[in-house]
Amino acid sequence: MKLETLKQNLQGVLADKVVKISGHAGQLTVEIRPENWLEAARTLRDHPELRFEQLTDLCGVDYSTYGDGRWQGLRFCAVTHLLSVSNNCRVRIKVFAGDDDFPVVDSVSEIWPGANWFEREAFDLYGIIFTGHPDLRRILSDYGFIGHPFRKDFPLSGNVEMRYDPEQRRVIYQPVSIAPRELTPRIVREENYGG
Amino acid sequence: MADIRNYTLNFGPQHPSAHGVLRMVLELDGEVVKRADPHIGLLHRATEKLAEHKTFLQAMPYMDRLDYVSMMCNEHAYVLATEKLLGIEVPVRAQYIRVMFDEITRLLNHLLWLGAHGLDIGAMTIFLYTFREREDLMDIYEAVSGARLHAAYYRPGGVYRDLPDSMPQYETAKMKVHNAKQVEGMNANRQGSMLDFIEDFTQRFPACVDDYETLLTDNRIWKQRTVGIGVVTPERALALGLTGPMLRGSGLAWDLRKKQPYEVYDRVDFDIPVGVNGDCYDRYLVRMEEMRQSNRIIKQCVDWLRGHPGPVITDNHKVVAPAREGMKQNMEELIHHFKLFTEGMHVPEGECYAAVEHPKGEFGIYMVSDGANKPYRLKIRAPGFSHLSAMDEIARGHMIADVVALMGTFDIVFGEIDR
Repeated sequence: MKLETLKQNLQGVLADKVVKISGHAGQLTVEIRPENWLEAARTLRDHPELRFEQLTDLCGVDYSTYGDGRWQGLRFCAVTHLLSVSNNCRVRIKVFAGDDDFPVVDSVSEIWPGANWFEREAFDLYGIIFTGHPDLRRILSDYGFIGHPFRKDFPLSGNVEMRYDPEQRRVIYQPVSIAPRELTPRIVREENYGG
Repeated sequence: MADIRNYTLNFGPQHPSAHGVLRMVLELDGEVVKRADPHIGLLHRATEKLAEHKTFLQAMPYMDRLDYVSMMCNEHAYVLATEKLLGIEVPVRAQYIRVMFDEITRLLNHLLWLGAHGLDIGAMTIFLYTFREREDLMDIYEAVSGARLHAAYYRPGGVYRDLPDSMPQYETAKMKVHNAKQVEGMNANRQGSMLDFIEDFTQRFPACVDDYETLLTDNRIWKQRTVGIGVVTPERALALGLTGPMLRGSGLAWDLRKKQPYEVYDRVDFDIPVGVNGDCYDRYLVRMEEMRQSNRIIKQCVDWLRGHPGPVITDNHKVVAPAREGMKQNMEELIHHFKLFTEGMHVPEGECYAAVEHPKGEFGIYMVSDGANKPYRLKIRAPGFSHLSAMDEIARGHMIADVVALMGTFDIVFGEIDR
């Protein structure tokens, strides 16, 4: 399906649930209000003009340091990639969680069962709570892990390290002993830098 | 009346058919699985977070280490995403080389899958045969990139270098067999260029697939272990997020190489095999046919590459370092080189998702850039992650031994699932 047609269909069907639709690099991004997400998801899957049968991917994004502090909006976002096999098109849905300190987004694992683990992952790594999720446990990090490792304020080398302690004869956790280092600094250049 | 309770069994993480480090908590009623709860993350290396702290070029070799049996396909998704954001064109020759190596990688992956899947459910011999062919393919990898596994051969803008004119040869002195004649025989197909060696391989390979099929396709034990096991309907496969052979095994002809072609897949001729019943056996047949089709694609790429020399990487020096000679004579190019390797390239602000038809399914990279020299967010969409998440639903009601067959058919590799 053509990108323009898809854009019109999305605009027509989702109407006021959409905050904005933007296109970049030949892909559509639709931002949806968190309170409308569940309803919009159902429409996206079932509406005959859209029919996004498959949820390809769902992930969290932490925008707190975006553009070195240029970011004004909300901090946490759940980004969903949908695929329609019948119409051969993709769309990216962004849902920003309303509260930065306690990010909550509706779970869509009822609608696309494949979302189950992706939401667990976003919860584990970013601390986004998915309401209505049947089994919101950590998935990638260790049993009993503290914190959400992919948040931008979580250090790259973590807070604790694990080793075997021969005296206590068990595995223990202790504060990390390696100092963080950055070999190539992160730089955002001004417009038209270097011609 | 005796009180009968479900029995909980811990499968893995140290188990030969756990394919690495899968820990699975199985709730059993006798030998029947009532619930399967895979615990993953034992190989979690936070690749995505590491990539946020590396420049775009430095993050590239991490991709090899995701699905470590189909290295170049992972790289492909990454370079596609970067190129999309940069908006640069890739020379056609590089595109053909990428397609050829994607298919070589598919063979590598499917050969390992076949060997391991066979071992898991009791067929020992097949492993030895598939690894014989894998050796040749890894020699190709080594000849082109210098590494047998973690190639780091694709670069944003093209590939690292053109195909070599010669293949490395066995040397009598270094071999266990000192019989010069025997070594000469081993070197027989390595006399010409790398393309000659690949062509020789593509001529040998269909007969090899026939060999594998004689061992398994009509084998009674193989069929007893796979037919009717792990049946997935096409609707359910879509809902669960299954992709690749898992989806095609259920009868849906969905292949990104055909439906959303990237590089030069729309210029090569190949067919998409689909299954009928959606069970382990059909998925086995689909993958076997995919190997034959990959072989066909490789042949076409070899023919094209022979007749069309040319650049293999873009000459945009904001993205790709200039040639060494130029750098030593030209101030401008020296500056480009210096900037690229101290600061790295800057990718314009934006976000994009690029997916390739990876041997295991749809492998995607979602990349967010805020204009810096490092990705702001990199999300790796691993096919195995979705497949394993469907384990609970698919395994329910099967015998415990079938869980091993399922794990084989999912083609699980923990490098990509745990990331």
